[in-house]
Amino acid sequence: MSSDAVRVLGVTAAGADLTLRHPVEHFTLDNGLRVVLAPDRSVPVVAVSVFYDVGMRSEPPGRTGFAHLFEHLMFQGSANVPKMEHARLVQAAGGTFNGSTHQDYTNYFEALPAEALERALFLEADRMAAPAITEENLRNQIDVVKEEIRVNVLNRPYGAFPWLQLPPVAFESFANTHDGYGSFVDLESSTVEDAADFFDRYYAPANAVLAIGGDLDVAETERLVRRWFDPVERRPAPPAPQTGEPSPSTPRRGVVEDRLAPAPAVAIGWRVPDPVGDFDTYLGTVLLSELLSEGDASRLERRLLHTDRLAVAQSSYLGLFGDPFDVRDPTLLITQVHHPAEVPTDRVLTAVYEEVDRVATDGVPAEELVRIQARTEAQLLHQADSVLGRTLGFAAAELIHGRAELAGELAARLAAVTPEQVQTAARGLSPDTAAVLELRVTGAAR
Amino acid sequence: MSATMLDLSLVPPLGDPRPQPVPEVHETTLPTGLRLVVVPRPGVPLVELRLRVPFAAPSPRGAAMHAARTSVLTGAVLLGTAAHDQLELAQLLQARGAELSVSGDSDRLLFSTTMLPDGLGPVLGVLAELLGRPTYPAPQVEAERERVVERIRIARSQPGVIARTALAARRYGAHPYAHQLPAAELVGAVTPAALRRLHRDRVVPAGSTLVLVGDVDPVAAADLVGTALAGWSAEGAAVTAPPVPALAPGHLELVDRPGAVQSNLRLGGPAPSRTDPELPAVRLASMVFGGYFSSRLVENIRERRGYTYSPRSSVEHMVGGSSFLVDADVATEVTGPAFLETWYELGRMAVTPVTEAELESARRYLLGTLALGTATHAGLASTLSTLFGVGLPAEWLADHQRALAAATVAEVAEASRRWLHPTGLTAVVVGDADRVTDPLRALGPVDVTASAVPATQA
Repeated sequence: MSSDAVRVLGVTAAGADLTLRHPVEHFTLDNGLRVVLAPDRSVPVVAVSVFYDVGMRSEPPGRTGFAHLFEHLMFQGSANVPKMEHARLVQAAGGTFNGSTHQDYTNYFEALPAEALERALFLEADRMAAPAITEENLRNQIDVVKEEIRVNVLNRPYGAFPWLQLPPVAFESFANTHDGYGSFVDLESSTVEDAADFFDRYYAPANAVLAIGGDLDVAETERLVRRWFDPVERRPAPPAPQTGEPSPSTPRRGVVEDRLAPAPAVAIGWRVPDPVGDFDTYLGTVLLSELLSEGDASRLERRLLHTDRLAVAQSSYLGLFGDPFDVRDPTLLITQVHHPAEVPTDRVLTAVYEEVDRVATDGVPAEELVRIQARTEAQLLHQADSVLGRTLGFAAAELIHGRAELAGELAARLAAVTPEQVQTAARGLSPDTAAVLELRVTGAAR
Repeated sequence: MSATMLDLSLVPPLGDPRPQPVPEVHETTLPTGLRLVVVPRPGVPLVELRLRVPFAAPSPRGAAMHAARTSVLTGAVLLGTAAHDQLELAQLLQARGAELSVSGDSDRLLFSTTMLPDGLGPVLGVLAELLGRPTYPAPQVEAERERVVERIRIARSQPGVIARTALAARRYGAHPYAHQLPAAELVGAVTPAALRRLHRDRVVPAGSTLVLVGDVDPVAAADLVGTALAGWSAEGAAVTAPPVPALAPGHLELVDRPGAVQSNLRLGGPAPSRTDPELPAVRLASMVFGGYFSSRLVENIRERRGYTYSPRSSVEHMVGGSSFLVDADVATEVTGPAFLETWYELGRMAVTPVTEAELESARRYLLGTLALGTATHAGLASTLSTLFGVGLPAEWLADHQRALAAATVAEVAEASRRWLHPTGLTAVVVGDADRVTDPLRALGPVDVTASAVPATQA
């Protein structure tokens, strides 16, 4: 029940052979629930996941943090399942469970021994039909969420950096700028009625994807899915969320003070092509991010840590939680650098901009791109090795991209990206449209 | 609480368990003493590599310096070999989909990577260079040393790290395990010459274990390893940690962190080792107490009282001794009540038996997650690396599963009485002493110590 996104780059393939090993079956129930089955009988494990098309960006003003709070409420029992019994029924079957809230969706998932498949379907269908949200459980989970925020944000250095602190600098609209963990004022004023409205609006079966992967028989599983989910009442799906906003035309800069941090840091956010509508261009950006920051051979690791010795750590990633394929437009490529206090922020920025400009101006040697593609392929395969990782990848691809199969094609699609596409992506990362967030040290003893 | 009662007739029954695949383990020992374990298995076309090198401190007196040198060596070993510089090494690995990470703890070094199957030969070639011919070039080592100093400073500002290091210092006294995170001053004094010496003496094949899991042919892999690593034949012997001392728990230690909005509660004590017949019962007891969501501690201080987000307990194994650990990060204003409830639940474990239903749930969860954890190349590779690294056979897994399946309520009660009783545990709290000392003192004696890093500037 974390809000930290599960990092699923996607799934699969040394190209076609793995895609074939994981065929994907689709069907849609009369109530609108989209179902994806991805059988693979090599280990006796199944994963069940439900993705609802509502995330932090769907929250209205005055209800910051509500998507995540609601995720907690979905574990508080449902029509036929008392509080604590969801956990007991999954765990006493030898399974694990969790949920997580993202920018554009909220998911719930279980990994279990194959013989527990129907039990997981029963649990997910029961709370899709009718979660049991009471005043007492709401107050209890507001307290739990506040402790989660204290652990992850308030009581530690760099807790909000940059995922909660950069968006207000980089974006304009409430959807994109507000605190997705939620203010304590908003959380504390939440009511059971708010939760009932939120459920009615966003948790309709027609607004969800059910994905099941692993050791399953397709016909039998379809029968079980229909048995448990067909009775869930049909409700209209809400209109697609409108989160888009114009691309920035100026540089923006913000400063935050961290009283717990022992050393400064800086994050740069650039708007990137639409991750869904402009997917081919976006793939160039995905590999650019890898080229800049993945591993000891990457451009920024060499420049910032080894050549110029300006930094102690650097990373670049797409989306606030680092999964390039589970976010919608607008999205950022974020470069994050932790550096000693003796190094001025502008020296770090200059070095990063120069490295990006070098790619934009000189392009990328073909052999360097081939190495990066090999590494990216291995990372995709690595995530696809677990039944749960693979299943979450299929579900996200279905919900965000409308095609579960895309998860199985990512390696092949990335392998086809040319040096010119990566160069084009770098040309989009201009200092003139970057959002820069400086984290300054104000408290801790040095 | 919801008024709903669970109607078990509505819950679909579990089907028949399907057989677990038994890993096909091929084990050999090279003339240099290196043990090689190869496990071919279906799944994605990748190979996972784990090389475990015993790396315990040579003596209690030298432990602090050993920890400091280890913290630099793990990064510095990648900085160059006689044949390639750092960038070339990284590129050779990257071309095979690999990225070598090297980590160290109080027991061992671990070289770890994934790779595409055709990369096994080239990756082993890089590994052989790193093991046999590292250069530790002075300017790069000095830069790495400065980065490590800065990272340790950042780590020490994390309340969880403060709590872990305080608990280890309290529990282990003069034993090398007391040094969880090296002092910045010692790290700053590490020289390239010292790293070369440490590498020569301690990064040796004798006692080390190489595990390969995944899309790999055992015969071809053994040939590749034998050829690539034949030259890694340094003199020197493995050093393993001595048994940890049995120290009295003492008073609760409160590490002051002025202004902290949460308190970090940590309790720890000894636990049975992997070969102790009492281990399965203690693992099951730990689950019932706080090992998973369906536990007493989670139900009490999270789901009933809202004091905390993720309380938990666990059993952890080091070569010199095993531990039962409890931790919870709680709001400052409920520190006393949260400590009391945790203490109460431990006491309840120690003096009253668990129910059959609690035991069955914990048992199925442990068996299920053991199967899930070894259902990937990476999970199986890490598990086998740990087992073989401490001298246990692959069969330990199946034996342990059988023992978990057979443990009784009486055995779990007896294990709880011996290992979970709260007076046997060392306790540390990191929090705002101004606000939490009095409530904690109401429950027992408290020693207050100052933290190196305040949570606010006073």
